Amino acid sequence: MMRLELVKRPQRSMLFSALSPFIAFALTMIAGAIMFALLGVNPFNAFHIYFIEPISQTWQLHELAIKAAPLILIAVGLSVCYKANIWNIGAEGQFVLGGIVGSMIPVLFPQFEGPLVLPLMLLLGMVGGAAYAAIPALLKTRFGTNEILTSLMLVYVAQLFLDWLVRGPWRDPQGHGFPQTIQFGDSAILPELMPDAGRANWGFVFAIIAALLVWVLMSRLLKGFEVRVLGSSPRAGRFAGFGINRMVFFAFLLSGALAGLAGISEVSGAIGQLQPVISPGYGFTAIIVAFLGRLNPLGIVAAGLVLALTYLGGEAVQSALGISDKVARVFQGMLLFFVLGCDTLIHYRIRVIGLALTKPEAAAKLEATPKLKEAR
Amino acid sequence: MDITVNILLTIATAATPLLIAAIGELVVERSGVLNLGVEGMMIMGAVGGFGASYLTGSPWIGLLAAIAMGALFSLLFAVMTLSLATNQVATGLSLTLLGLGLSGMMGTSFVGQPGERLPNLDIPGLTSIPVVGRLLFGQDPIFYISIALTAAVMWFLFKTRTGLTLRSIGDSHTSAHALGIQVIRYRYLAVIFGGACAGLAGGHLSLVYTPQWVENMSAGRGWIALALVVFASWRPWRVLAGAYIFGAVWIGQLHAQAFGIPVPSQLLSSLPYLATVVVLVLISRNKRLTMMNTPASLGQPFVPDR
Repeated sequence: MMRLELVKRPQRSMLFSALSPFIAFALTMIAGAIMFALLGVNPFNAFHIYFIEPISQTWQLHELAIKAAPLILIAVGLSVCYKANIWNIGAEGQFVLGGIVGSMIPVLFPQFEGPLVLPLMLLLGMVGGAAYAAIPALLKTRFGTNEILTSLMLVYVAQLFLDWLVRGPWRDPQGHGFPQTIQFGDSAILPELMPDAGRANWGFVFAIIAALLVWVLMSRLLKGFEVRVLGSSPRAGRFAGFGINRMVFFAFLLSGALAGLAGISEVSGAIGQLQPVISPGYGFTAIIVAFLGRLNPLGIVAAGLVLALTYLGGEAVQSALGISDKVARVFQGMLLFFVLGCDTLIHYRIRVIGLALTKPEAAAKLEATPKLKEAR
Repeated sequence: MDITVNILLTIATAATPLLIAAIGELVVERSGVLNLGVEGMMIMGAVGGFGASYLTGSPWIGLLAAIAMGALFSLLFAVMTLSLATNQVATGLSLTLLGLGLSGMMGTSFVGQPGERLPNLDIPGLTSIPVVGRLLFGQDPIFYISIALTAAVMWFLFKTRTGLTLRSIGDSHTSAHALGIQVIRYRYLAVIFGGACAGLAGGHLSLVYTPQWVENMSAGRGWIALALVVFASWRPWRVLAGAYIFGAVWIGQLHAQAFGIPVPSQLLSSLPYLATVVVLVLISRNKRLTMMNTPASLGQPFVPDR
């Protein structure tokens, strides 16, 4: 038997603070190689298909940006929540509601066109996401209800609501019975950034802007300080006069609005209409992005690109090697595990203690220590 | 009368996985650990149970495999949160995400395959007694396990010394540690027990409830089990009551859909989730009850100082 023992560091290790995501990524690769080998695939070949081929051409980089945009937008909002020790894990539902509310204009008023349509849609999307996030915030502040469970339960409700809309009242009457709304008109479509080079749209720009704004908020403004204080020590925060309830609303509304913006950007950008399913789990993957990015908006941009690559890679190995695209989910889950594990190294040194160490050996070790000191 | 019995039987079938998973999580939380990975351990149990049953042809081996799978998967959580002192909320979440992905990958070849159902209990003479016979003596084996488990956990937590120790760790790990209690060891065992229960609950889904493998077949039941523990304010018998209320809601909405009640089926399907939210709100309004029963060191990492 061996045992791990944690030894508290006097102060947090800057070295491991910077290295930990990379160590985690390396460990994920090793575990991934073992997994591919177990599936009977040459790991090097699989890695090439998974991580290199999907980003070897310009148009593919655009696809990467399309997948990264919602992840970054959502994760940036979640990072504020998690910094404040508030656990919004229902971003997937807020994403869906943002998509629904933002789509009200092109679906209900298709004749309304012009340059105002898109900004209004985006605004409505943010309002929809924020309003949906306000529910767990309200329940937490009013009744002390656990926000983890309520925000998650509301994800299922949102998904079923979308399903009902596109199969029922919002179904395209000329859609041959397919469960989808009408195709959005031109003025309701999020423009592509460089139509000649690839499909990437303004959603990616929104994500970068949001990351920069939240970075300024967290590192330069009093509100960011408030978030950090309340997160690390609610008591100290109360003494400083920061309201915990106000913070719950702030964090939920901000993250909900960003998730909603991601939702409507996805619907009006990459998809172009509402369907029963509009997200391959972005709201949950964004949780991983937030942690991999160290809850730092700039780190999240990088992490978002990495996680976007896992989606593309999953599709690539599915078509090239016939492996289930669930492999992407496995990679994402492993990555989060290793990140959390490596983060322990920031605050602790890990000593592995072999219980099999015999008594003479242990005594010899004890004796060796003072001798080393003398030698110095 | 027959219809009532049938409805009661289906309610029991729907309640059993919730009950088992929640009872397991209750023990974990009583030891002061919050494992949000119930959904992930459950789905791993479901895929492991179905896979073993499908490959060996014996649902009984499937049952054992489901338990083993859940326990093994929870060990991952235990190493992370107990030995490496990681954030329990985040680690639990990642356990769920990993479980959903891993089960989907492992189950690819099982999709659409017919499965073997665990046989119901059949005692000659007893099972055929009208009305109560099938309710008491004609259900699936996991139903009986779930009831026995609830009773055993009640007895263990409140009538044994070890149970008292476990609860004391949940209330103050520092004091327990100062008294020389092996906090980490107790918590390891509690987490693994919770994992085995979640795995068994998953096995119920793929070996009894719908004997086949469907991706994401746990459909949020792991999360509802977590809510049940809060709802029950960490009391086993209240978990039993709560699980049957939720089982009734689950079955009620299915029957309503079958009868063609003029309400969108999606609204009915969302009832269990909405009910969870409502119930959580109702229970958390009673601050005294929650404050009194919540294990005081729930969710806090513990690193023994030496």
